[in-house]
Amino acid sequence: MAEEWVLVVWLVATTAAIRASGPIALGGREFPPRAMNVVTFLAPALLAALVTTETFRRSDDSSLTLDERALSLAAAGAALALRGGIIIAGAAALLVTAAARAVL
Amino acid sequence: MDRESLRAGIRAGIPFAVAAGVLSISFGVLAEPVVGAAAAIALSALVFAGSAQFASVAVLAAGGGVSAAVIAGILLNARYIPMGIALAPSLGGGWLRRAAYSQAMIDASWAMANRGGGRFDTAFLVGATLPCYPAWVAGTLIGLAAGDLFGDPDKLGLDALFPAFFLALLVGGELQRGRSAIVVALLGAAIALALTPFTPAGVPVIAASAAALIGLRVDPGEIADDEHPEIEEDPVG
Repeated sequence: MAEEWVLVVWLVATTAAIRASGPIALGGREFPPRAMNVVTFLAPALLAALVTTETFRRSDDSSLTLDERALSLAAAGAALALRGGIIIAGAAALLVTAAARAVL
Repeated sequence: MDRESLRAGIRAGIPFAVAAGVLSISFGVLAEPVVGAAAAIALSALVFAGSAQFASVAVLAAGGGVSAAVIAGILLNARYIPMGIALAPSLGGGWLRRAAYSQAMIDASWAMANRGGGRFDTAFLVGATLPCYPAWVAGTLIGLAAGDLFGDPDKLGLDALFPAFFLALLVGGELQRGRSAIVVALLGAAIALALTPFTPAGVPVIAASAAALIGLRVDPGEIADDEHPEIEEDPVG
């Protein structure tokens, strides 16, 4: 089989299995109250990690970097601080990134 | 399934569907010369996990070989393991039903379905994913068919949408649960930043999930959930 189809088959199978693993193994089960806190706190932990890695990680060598993505995130943060909603935050980020890339 | 939650989820998912659609155009553009049109469509339609798709295709493009490409994809998808465990208490029924619901899990819909108290609104989650799936597949098709028209998609700054949206979910939603949630987010960000230079993509994000263990030391009453949005502030602190 050609290389790309080996990739497709493996990625389809592993992604489905990874997504289903927790719900199949533990579905419907109650956790102790403090473990439920951990469940609640996974979202802020993962969202914060996604925001920081997508903003400060260089894609070619994984080093940390400050570039127009940081400006873009700051613009989104400013929009949110001014009580703009998710759409305004996205629009601010998009505009700043496009402007920075046009100039730099 | 709760129809009202499903509809609310669909509405909340629309901005993410737009972002997913434009990001997926660049996936089509980037993937076509590496894996060909048919495999690119298969990846978007059957894997439906953006970061894993981008990473594995990038590894192949760099000549890293198919095993390394699969491993890169698995690492980026590994965050779905803790996410799935988090979803588990809210998912009843037979294993097949649970497995089917779990396939609707993407970052944004999962995070938006978090109701606090360890509960997720699974109908809302499915609803929020619903507009994203066709947008993701259509974006790839557009990228394949008309990629040249867009020039370099990065120039448009479309890749900035997801970090901005995730920040909005964080600030507008999760951080409102109280001081501990803010500590968790800061610690998660710090872990991810500290590991980024030394580990393959994906690992910093999974490792950051350890920040949620702070929950073991917190009284459940101190975390606001969606039924109890007001929490008692510590009168001493």
